[in-house]
Amino acid sequence: MSPTRRAWWIGSVLLAMALALLVLGMGIGSTGFERMGAAWQDPVALQIVWDIRLPRTLGAWLAGALLGLAGAVAQGLFRNPLADPYLLGSASGASMGVAVALLLFGASPTSTEWVVRLGLTGAAFVGAVLAVLLTLTLARGVQQTLRLLLAGVIVGVVLGAVKDLISIASVDIMQALTGFMLGSTGLVGWSACGVMAALAAACLVASWALAPVLDGLALGEATARSLGLPLGGMRAALIAVLALATGAAVAQTGLIAFVGLASPHLVRSLLKTTHARLIMLSALMGGLLLMAADLGARWLIAPQELPVGVLTAVLGGSYLLWLMHRKKA
Amino acid sequence: MQASLGSVRVLHGVDLSLAAGRWTAIVGPNGAGKSTLLRVLAGLLVHTGEVRLFGEPLQQVPGRVRAQRLSWLGQGGAGEGGADDLRVWDIAMLGRLPYQRWLAAPSQADRDAVERALRSTQAWDWRDRPLGELSGGERQRVLLARALAVEADLLLMDEPLANLDPPHQSDWMATTRALIDSGKTVVSVLHELSIALAADRLVVMDQGRVVHHGRCDEPDTHTALEHVFDQRVRVHRVADQWIALPH
Repeated sequence: MSPTRRAWWIGSVLLAMALALLVLGMGIGSTGFERMGAAWQDPVALQIVWDIRLPRTLGAWLAGALLGLAGAVAQGLFRNPLADPYLLGSASGASMGVAVALLLFGASPTSTEWVVRLGLTGAAFVGAVLAVLLTLTLARGVQQTLRLLLAGVIVGVVLGAVKDLISIASVDIMQALTGFMLGSTGLVGWSACGVMAALAAACLVASWALAPVLDGLALGEATARSLGLPLGGMRAALIAVLALATGAAVAQTGLIAFVGLASPHLVRSLLKTTHARLIMLSALMGGLLLMAADLGARWLIAPQELPVGVLTAVLGGSYLLWLMHRKKA
Repeated sequence: MQASLGSVRVLHGVDLSLAAGRWTAIVGPNGAGKSTLLRVLAGLLVHTGEVRLFGEPLQQVPGRVRAQRLSWLGQGGAGEGGADDLRVWDIAMLGRLPYQRWLAAPSQADRDAVERALRSTQAWDWRDRPLGELSGGERQRVLLARALAVEADLLLMDEPLANLDPPHQSDWMATTRALIDSGKTVVSVLHELSIALAADRLVVMDQGRVVHHGRCDEPDTHTALEHVFDQRVRVHRVADQWIALPH
């Protein structure tokens, strides 16, 4: 099978699985799984499905897609298979941006107002850009893998501490942020879905257009430059895409770890391909992973609910350990 | 030209004119500044002085036009970048980027050029395999195909024979000769002195300076070569070929 056909086939399967999970997600509530047929007869049940379950399930898919996309862009841009929004500190930067916005404007992180959602997303974007630039400055570029990861961890810890300091300043912010930052899709509404969908579309188009740069960079900086690629501007654009995708996801769902790291790796295990296809498929894979994790978080201890960020951290951490073990072997 | 790496000056006042339509090999001991000179010629390193490409100041040639006229094959290539997940075909097709409009699919001319390049380095049969599955020598042939796919007038190659076994070193020489016969210009940094002596002209470097530039069959060139290697190599004539042997 040609790589193009294989990519289409994998993409179709990922999309079909996501659609199946979307239908399943509409049926999972605080009382466990319910048949959807009954909901159509009951206006209250229908409202629950339409206003709560559908947007949160779709929101999980969109946030996962944004994180998967960000992970694939980060790994290509920094030529580092361990790069992801978390390890580069950009997710912590985004969360600090949200905290600063809450401090300055006093909004709730779970607000369903369009303006609030856009404002928080903008603040998260600025925080994520700041974090990536700080990481790159500390690492003195992208050449040294270990230095880059260490710088990312340091920036993540420091910006996380700044966020905590801001939380301490106000009891209201602390309460609002504590649940939110564990990573949850529980309060994602249609406005958050709208913001994520628009930004995911923009990031997908931009990263598709910039993907040849990532292919060129895979052969090294000098070769990429010799191909006439204007690396300076394109790198800045890719960092903007990375920060925007991370910021858009973090502002709506809080900190959700490892989806960005695992998605490109899972796609690569299925298909060796160019960055354009890798980014698209990583977005689909990320969406599917977070949607599945969200369903698991709602279903595992129903009627209670696990924060989905905790679940992805446990599953993703195990995956990272396995990946390291396999590379070592 | 002068150039530095960090705070260390690596090239000291190099003034050199390389013949178009010829194969020039750059040789010298480790740290002589060979790779730095090649990077300066490719416009990949900040330097003082001026580089002219076929008579035109390199800095004034638009990036895209420069990428079409000048093809670069660096040391290590895919090792530093992690291109293991890219297919051989996709890597060779990167050589056609300077000709493609943004977001446009490769044209038939692009596909033909890639096929020619992959066939000339005997890498055509692996076109669907990821680079990560290939041996060091096979990878080098794919990277060479990427550089050939540009079909540029000038090819700058930094240690293109790294990891190649003798038969494929011979193939590389045949490819280079074919390029010269078709009017192209090749400049290569080589550690394999006997292969370098098969070039048209030799640039002998030592400690950041060009100590000699001349034809490969001239006694002065052989003397300069023996001198920069502290008389630890000798140039001999064997079966109508010049070869350098350890002494």
